Amino acid sequence: MSGKYEMVVGLEVHVQLKTRTKAFCGCSADFGAPPNMNTCPVCLALPGALPVLNEHAVELAVRAALGLGCKVNPISVFARKNYFYPDLPKGYQISQFDQPLATGGSVMIGKTEKGTDIQIGITRLHMEEDAGKSIHDRYPGEIAIDLNRSGVPLIEIVSEPDIRTPAGAGAYLRTLKQILQYLDVSDVSMEEGSLRVDANISVRPPGQVKLGTKTEVKNMNSFSAVEKALAAEYTRQCALLDSGGRVEQQTLLWDGARDTVRPSRTKEGSHDYRYFEEPDLRPLMLDAKWIEHLGSELPELPDERKKRLTEEYGLSTVEVEQLTAHSDLAEYFEGVARASADGKASYNWVMGEVQAALRASGEEISRFRVRPADLAQMLNLVRDGTVSHTAAKTVFAKMVETGKPAAQVAADEGLLQVGDEGAIATWIEEVLQEHPEEATRYLGGEKKLQGVLVGFVMKKSKGRADPKRVNQLLSTRGG
Amino acid sequence: MTIENYTQLSAAAIASGVRAGELTPHDLISSSFKRGAEIGAGPEELNIILYSDEKASRAEAEETATHLKSAEDVGILAGVPIAIKDNIASFGLPTTCGSKILRGYVSPFEATAITRLRANGALVIAKTNMDEFAMGSSTENSAYGPTRNPVDVRCVPGGSSGGSAAAVAAGITPIALGSETGGSVRQPAAFCGVVGVKPTYGRVSRYGLVAFASSLDQIGVLGRTVDDAALGLECIAGFDPLDSTSSDADVPIYRLAALGKPAPEARNPDTEAIRIGRSPVPLPPPPSQNTLEGVVIGKPREYFPDSLDGSVRDLCERALDRMRWMGATVRDISLPRSPLAIPVYYILAPAEASSNLARFDGVRYGLRVDPGKGLRPMYEATRSEGFGPEVTRRILLGTYVLSAGYYDAYYKKAQAVRTLIADDFRAVFTGGVDAIFTPTTPTTAFPIGAISDPYEMYLNDIFTVTANLAGVPAMSVPIGRVRRLPVGGQIITAHFDEYKMFRVAYALEAALGAEAHQ
Repeated sequence: MSGKYEMVVGLEVHVQLKTRTKAFCGCSADFGAPPNMNTCPVCLALPGALPVLNEHAVELAVRAALGLGCKVNPISVFARKNYFYPDLPKGYQISQFDQPLATGGSVMIGKTEKGTDIQIGITRLHMEEDAGKSIHDRYPGEIAIDLNRSGVPLIEIVSEPDIRTPAGAGAYLRTLKQILQYLDVSDVSMEEGSLRVDANISVRPPGQVKLGTKTEVKNMNSFSAVEKALAAEYTRQCALLDSGGRVEQQTLLWDGARDTVRPSRTKEGSHDYRYFEEPDLRPLMLDAKWIEHLGSELPELPDERKKRLTEEYGLSTVEVEQLTAHSDLAEYFEGVARASADGKASYNWVMGEVQAALRASGEEISRFRVRPADLAQMLNLVRDGTVSHTAAKTVFAKMVETGKPAAQVAADEGLLQVGDEGAIATWIEEVLQEHPEEATRYLGGEKKLQGVLVGFVMKKSKGRADPKRVNQLLSTRGG
Repeated sequence: MTIENYTQLSAAAIASGVRAGELTPHDLISSSFKRGAEIGAGPEELNIILYSDEKASRAEAEETATHLKSAEDVGILAGVPIAIKDNIASFGLPTTCGSKILRGYVSPFEATAITRLRANGALVIAKTNMDEFAMGSSTENSAYGPTRNPVDVRCVPGGSSGGSAAAVAAGITPIALGSETGGSVRQPAAFCGVVGVKPTYGRVSRYGLVAFASSLDQIGVLGRTVDDAALGLECIAGFDPLDSTSSDADVPIYRLAALGKPAPEARNPDTEAIRIGRSPVPLPPPPSQNTLEGVVIGKPREYFPDSLDGSVRDLCERALDRMRWMGATVRDISLPRSPLAIPVYYILAPAEASSNLARFDGVRYGLRVDPGKGLRPMYEATRSEGFGPEVTRRILLGTYVLSAGYYDAYYKKAQAVRTLIADDFRAVFTGGVDAIFTPTTPTTAFPIGAISDPYEMYLNDIFTVTANLAGVPAMSVPIGRVRRLPVGGQIITAHFDEYKMFRVAYALEAALGAEAHQ
């Protein structure tokens, strides 16, 4: 970042809502069906078909708005955004224009060096439908159209031009994604296209209030691509101004292969969308009580949860950040921590063995075989001495493999810790006989050999011996 | 009752005859097609009917006959042949909106209104000619050639539902469905001497009606008599989950309005029994001096301008006299913003049309003209060739008024005036007026080709567009003839008060008797 110009960025984020059916018809909204399978007269725009609003989509959009601190408007209005494109069957997109669903929210994306919160304002959140997909490379010289996505419900979240750095954009997007994922309103996957980002960027001399001429950058397929594209476009705009040129308002496409932006072939800037009120849908009137009810049922959001986990389980900021990265992970952790009443051990196991097992199998934590209660039971067995720390890893591996509860695995595998003095005494005797040299030296007063001998006993017992008891008994012999 | 006088039979008479076993669905199909052939309903002559399929119609009749044999209730339109305007999506027959761009298009789904007609036993026999995409007032704008008025073949039948009005006037079917955006049912009804009803906006589902201007469009009914129209509307009215703008208000049994009394309480079990039972109300009641007792008819001065054709005015005065004789009070009223209706309409309707017709792009169905030079040239060639001049004119007009820089001056202002026009009606009805009476059109049917100036053509709708803009129900009933050409009188009531509108219409029809066609 050069010091000569300040970067000013606002982001428009499109998020696909997690509904079973499309926004205005009963077709499945699933990703990945064969082309044009999930279509009907409404989303194909056959003559005479009419849209009917999906109530669940409204509910998810309202949840998203509330979760982002927006004010949900009691009346919002659908509007038609008119333009011709082969993957837009009606020739217009049903969206919202001058009366959006919600306005005026914000998210915190971290702290400045001075420790004050960095807040990014959210201008508005509105509902709209997705277009279909144009496929240009399938049949030479032809455009293929897949309308499975046509009519899938989206929300568009427009930020204030509050972002000042590429890293800030990345932080905003990660925070937004995390919040939406906690709210369970979307799959928020950039790979599957359920989260898409367009960036508006301009530069200005520091201290200048007036915004510079902006460009819009599209076609970024990851958060890091957004950061790279912003950095590249910032450099381009700065260079333009430095050489006495002017920034031209235009739409640019990010070219990830070349790490550069290039002008879009279509003249996006010259579009006149001729918005007007959608006459096929009545204004969307939301009952204040219903909005209030949805607000009261919002799940705990990342910031609150981080604060609470830190307080309740005595974890560090870094540990809490790791655990709250995904709500499913945080919920799994809490399940274990509550049932085991041991935050630290729960953290160690969840971030250690559990994550390793998930990585190995490629499973989602929400479908992981070992449920939080099962893991907690195992931690409890370790704490009360039934299973040793050493044996615990073997027990866990067997739990993952068989799905059986910890106590049963430990019993079946003969991994229950042995605290019985007779058995331990026998193992000690055997070890002392098998290792006469160490035995003589230890019994002769060489205390530091105790650890070695305990190790031998543990090995002999296949990890079952309670190390505390072994130590005690050995001490009395060495006495 | 015999099939020999088919062209004189009312829908209710046909349905009760079919249920009583006096008439068969087969005979009715035969009579309907025979009448069509007799009068020359095909493209070479009157050009009333665009598509029909006698074989398919017979198969449908056979099904109805089978149901009848097993003593099933086949509905209150049992065996009644019905014609449908070509912009209402139907199974079996094409739906082309009188446009080249949809030539040969057959809808894979059916309009709710048609589904309801069929559920009531009606037999859909034909798709009727119309102005392309319902844009016009003469049915001369059809890509498939103009329709001729069966009353006088030199004249237009009116439009845009000209084919449906002509089908009823010619005796091919007792009932037909049309559609309205600015008078497209009432005006052709007036020109052809039949009854035409435009229900309240939201009363009939628009699902399957190919959109022209969605905030104004409404399916309407044409019938030979008030009773035919009331029966038809009763069958198709009511909430439809597939149309978000349809209303869930109760649908009264409109035919009971013939009794000349206020509407019965909704959901009265007795009236429900009449609806679904086998004893249609005996109609029409004899003219009686007290039928309109206590009813206040408003006569708006804006609809009787000095320039109004003298003969039309005289027939309206006669109709008002008959209503007075029946006990009604006639009151002079004003709907001051009505003169603004035509300019408002010709901003709003084209604006919506420009968007509604964007889907005809040559990509998924209908005509595609591809010069092979990429996407844009394909769009341009398809739409230039597919749309006729009036449709093109309105798309351009609508695109213009919605454009940045013009939106506020035209579209937004027109919306504001639309609200004022609706306020005028509300004020009149809350001020104690039960129904408004006006001429349906300023003139009688004009000769084919007589009007070439689009704006002059638009003025045909001057007395009808206000009801569409305000969303209120309105209908046209025959009130007499001038030089053998029919004249229509318009009855307008408050939102969802079709019952009262029918009450006035039944009474007026009875009071005029044979005068209605003299």
